[in-house]
Amino acid sequence: MAPSLCAICKTERAYIKRPKNHAKLCKECFIRVFEDEIHHTITSSKLFYPGEKVAIGASGGKDSTVLASVLKTLNERHGYGLDLVLLSIDEGITGYRDDSLKTVMNNAVQYGMPLKIVGYKELYDWTMDEVVQTIGKKGNCTYCGVFRRQALDRGAKMLGIKHVVTGHNADDVAETVMMNLLRADLSRLSRSTSIVTGDDRSEVKRSKPLKYSYEKEIVLYAFHKKLEYFSTECIYSPEAFRGSARSLIKQLEKVRPSAILDIVRSGEDMARLVPGESPSSCACKGQKAAAAAPVDDDIGGCGSTNGRTPGGEMAAMDKQLRDNEEYAELEVDVAKAISKSKQGGEETKKELPIRSGSGPSKGGRQVLGQCKRCGYMSSQEICQACTLLEGLNKNRPQIQI
Amino acid sequence: MAPEIETMPIWVDFAGGLQTLFSNKPNHMISLPIFNPSDFSPANVGFLISHLVKNHLKHPQTEFFVQEDGHLTPGILVLINDVDWELEGEEEYELKPGDNVIFVSTMHGG
Ligand SMILES: [Zn+2]
Ligand SMILES: [Zn+2]
Repeated sequence: MAPSLCAICKTERAYIKRPKNHAKLCKECFIRVFEDEIHHTITSSKLFYPGEKVAIGASGGKDSTVLASVLKTLNERHGYGLDLVLLSIDEGITGYRDDSLKTVMNNAVQYGMPLKIVGYKELYDWTMDEVVQTIGKKGNCTYCGVFRRQALDRGAKMLGIKHVVTGHNADDVAETVMMNLLRADLSRLSRSTSIVTGDDRSEVKRSKPLKYSYEKEIVLYAFHKKLEYFSTECIYSPEAFRGSARSLIKQLEKVRPSAILDIVRSGEDMARLVPGESPSSCACKGQKAAAAAPVDDDIGGCGSTNGRTPGGEMAAMDKQLRDNEEYAELEVDVAKAISKSKQGGEETKKELPIRSGSGPSKGGRQVLGQCKRCGYMSSQEICQACTLLEGLNKNRPQIQI
Repeated sequence: MAPEIETMPIWVDFAGGLQTLFSNKPNHMISLPIFNPSDFSPANVGFLISHLVKNHLKHPQTEFFVQEDGHLTPGILVLINDVDWELEGEEEYELKPGDNVIFVSTMHGG
């Protein structure tokens, strides 16, 4: 087979076949086009303003490593004027996070970016190792996901930063769209497809500049740019690799590579039909840019700082849904216990069920208050993290002082 | 004594977490028979994959690498001498001595 030439420069040998349009590109043209498209996403959805301080949620994995590298390149090339900082979470998982943090530390040196690490231990007084010792491996991803979501925000606040970017890619978004469709969770579907979550009213907003980038291209970008990243699965979620919706997405991609972006776009179109929700989309499609969705207090999930949906096989989807139910019940019980314990006269009004998205809404938006314990933004009286912590602290081994 | 089978050296690398399936070693020098013994066709990438599964995959969960039908699990990228195997005929690519084949999982971590 004679080597094909690059479709752009028409001189170099093609090394990459792009999943979105089958274009055959050489290394250099691919790297340029990959960066240009992210630049387009950033400018068309007006993601940043000049001089903005932005924290990159960095796990040491491929997505956040590529995100940091691309943002550094684009910031310099196009003069965004961004003040970029790496923000990492230390969940306290020996042999997993301590290794990946080394990768992040190397990245910080290479990219010349300051690095802030916030630990579950300092924030919650629990490491994930201790959580697993107390509750076992089952369900620990729920704790980790809830803690992580707040940890990124709190880390950003410590740094005086109001914008956190994460490495969620098109495959992640497509997976979430599928999961939320299967669960018929329209409100979360809407939030998961928007490029920005949180708005001026929230203290920290989130965005995903790699939302339209294929996972395959992210890996190839890292490969051809020789970026160093960490790729070991979390030792407490060995099943995450077999994520059901994930393998479905990959099967679809194999048959028809454009399927991933098609699902992302369908998700956006469906989200637009949800009353009161207005997900942002590429402005060149004529949509209002950077319309922010409400803050997602979704339980993040496991396997990466990205918080992708926890796995389980397609057949185990059922089981997972049941587990979620159990989790909701657990929350209800704890909430009851709390409201009883401080019961004076009339019982405090409870906003149950607790599952996010089904909470009270004004114009389709969740009413955000503050957690009575920790002051963190929450649609419930006591935020998810504090509710989980209460349960944990009751069960803390007696040896502790 | 079995007759000597003529082999060629193929440099195989595993990345993105796949190395954990292959004795935790990212780089392997594989002595690959130059013919597929089942039909005496020249060794191609498809044959290399089945050879790897048979002789080098040291992990009970083979589905992380191959599906039940013996084809590679979707979500694994293959680079032949740094070129996307989709540009090289995928499993049909006929290997030459000294070729470098890289398997990268895209499914691990973020
Ligand atoms: Zn080119
Ligand atoms: Zn709280």
